[in-house]
Amino acid sequence: MEDSLKIIVLVKHVPDAQFDRHLTGEGYTTDRDESILSELDEYALEAALQLAEARGGAKAGNQVIALSMGPSGAVNAIKKALQIGATEGVHLTDDALAGSDAAATSLALAAAIRHLGSGAPVDLVLTGMASTDGETSLVPAQLAERLDLPQVTFASSLEVDGGRLTARRDADTSSETVEAPLPAVVSVTDQINEPRYPNFKGIIAAKRKSITTLSLADIGVDPAQVGHAGSWTSVLSAEERPPRTAGTIITDEGDAGIKLVDFLAAQKLL
Amino acid sequence: MAKVLVFIDNPGTSLKKSSLELLTLGRSIGETAVALNGKLHDDVAAAFAEYGVGTVLLPSAEDLDDFLVAPKAAYLAAAAGQAGADIVLLDNSPEGKEIAARAGIRLNAGVITDVVAVDADGTAHKSVLAGSYNTACKAGTAVSVLTVKANNVLPEPAAAPAALETVTVEVPAVSAAARITAREQKVASGRPDLTDARIVVAGGRGLDGDFGPVEELADALGAAVGASRAATDAGWISHDAQVGQTGKTVSPQLYISAGISGAIQQKAGMQTAKVIVAVNKDAESPVFEIADFGIVGDLFDVLPQATAEIKKRKG
Ligand SMILES: Cc1cc2nc3c(=O)[nH]c(=O)nc-3n(C[C@H](O)[C@H](O)[C@H](O)COP(=O)(O)OP(=O)(O)OC[C@H]3O[C@@H](n4cnc5c(N)ncnc54)[C@H](O)[C@@H]3O)c2cc1C
Ligand SMILES: Nc1ncnc2c1ncn2[C@@H]1O[C@H](COP(=O)(O)O)[C@@H](O)[C@H]1O
Repeated sequence: MEDSLKIIVLVKHVPDAQFDRHLTGEGYTTDRDESILSELDEYALEAALQLAEARGGAKAGNQVIALSMGPSGAVNAIKKALQIGATEGVHLTDDALAGSDAAATSLALAAAIRHLGSGAPVDLVLTGMASTDGETSLVPAQLAERLDLPQVTFASSLEVDGGRLTARRDADTSSETVEAPLPAVVSVTDQINEPRYPNFKGIIAAKRKSITTLSLADIGVDPAQVGHAGSWTSVLSAEERPPRTAGTIITDEGDAGIKLVDFLAAQKLL
Repeated sequence: MAKVLVFIDNPGTSLKKSSLELLTLGRSIGETAVALNGKLHDDVAAAFAEYGVGTVLLPSAEDLDDFLVAPKAAYLAAAAGQAGADIVLLDNSPEGKEIAARAGIRLNAGVITDVVAVDADGTAHKSVLAGSYNTACKAGTAVSVLTVKANNVLPEPAAAPAALETVTVEVPAVSAAARITAREQKVASGRPDLTDARIVVAGGRGLDGDFGPVEELADALGAAVGASRAATDAGWISHDAQVGQTGKTVSPQLYISAGISGAIQQKAGMQTAKVIVAVNKDAESPVFEIADFGIVGDLFDVLPQATAEIKKRKG
């Protein structure tokens, strides 16, 4: 049997994109009334569960820790991760974190990851390819920089063997094979696997799993370094674009292809 | 005057249009220098001079391409320090954003991605939440790092060319970096690049495995070919063609969507297109809610007819 792994999966609580999303308040942050576990983080969780299961799962000492930073509601993303199969949850929450940009977020998450590795070291930090609200993909690379760990981002496959990982990364002009020693920070794409849904057993089991709450004091971060005050970027103004509205809709009566070309010609697009 | 450093990665023998855009943008803000990775070809050096670049910085190491991101970011941060840059500009490619991310930490600099315009004072403009908001953002730090989307600046040479000097930058050692052990080049399609094409014709599950009608219309229009995830997942076309949340974000003048229902993740990648045309046989498809011109019909009738008509009109 291969050595057991201690994996931290970063899960973000984000506004559900199925509803209208709004920027509100000082700093124009997203309104989180209808929020969910960022769907791209489910791929990271699935990758972690597969690695753990291949090594005998929780019984064999594998840990899959779902870590989320965010206000009280973020605990729902952690609960969902526990239902899907994470072994424990950690919620980093503090009023001073509100409005953190990627730099401040990565600073706080890096401190939390160090804190969680202070007993048994962490082998892998897995993240989604992007958060579905911020969509910047900055956090994984900044975490790797701050933790001084190898960065393996946009992995579309991931294998771990004997303290090393091998991943595949698809870039526009080439596709790459990447290798790194553990521990490492790995972000995964939606090509890597098919995330599972929580089943009834998982939902029951999640009720017995623990969620640890951490504050900035617990992880030794000065509140002035995070939140609006500690962020290196700020949003000066935000203007909602009028939503797109439907234009002309026609039903094909045998000449719609011609009408399409007429439309393009009228728009000077030919 | 602000000092601007533009990062250009492996240009080969000629600069891409997006690089020329960055140089033009840089010049509109201040005095521009380039941090280059890779060989400085004579033609590229000439183009730099033509675009008013005074200094090209080159890394002391030649193996930056063997590792994932980290050493390039370390090099760029060192170059920015050496050049005394106030603003660092990069491509908005996935790798460009990651280099920016890490260089930002090294420089204690705020990073802003997906930028479409930059004011003289460094304020950056971008749209967020899948194009539903336009925002103005600013880094409060001494240095700001911005990744700029293609096609938002008209490339323009400087009024007077600069005299180019080259300077070497010592690349700091990076202890922890993933190594790239193999690289397979992908074959180019010969069509325009999806991310900066003026016209995109995209197909989805409705194509039922046959991209022919979409490709023929694309070629008649000189367009790039895009796809929904249903089509790329089915293996009908390469994943590189995927438009949407986990594929490419495109803002062409014209996006023609055929046999695509218009799921939220697909819309995230295309709803900032100037004009959207949709062909779908289901009148209830959500794609019609955002289409400027919608055709309820069978794409296997509509697309070939349009292709033939375009060819006829173009003669
Ligand atoms: C995490 C995640 C990320 C995702 N990322 C993306 C992404 O980046 N891009 C993306 O596109 N999707 C993405 N998706 C998938 C997305 O949710 C939809 O499933 C997908 O876009 C559907 O593709 P489609 O419209 O081609 O297929 P369908 O939804 O099945 O629609 C096919 C359409 O074709 C029409 N049709 C069928 N036959 C014909 C015909 N002969 N003529 C005309 N019309 C016809 C039908 O009426 C139907 O509307 C993602 C999903 C998840 C969960
Ligand atoms: N507040 C957060 N809590 C937990 N994980 C996060 C948070 N923000 C970002 N991440 C992780 O970083 C990834 C990329 O996010 P981003 O850089 O915001 O696009 C996400 O998919 C998450 O895995």
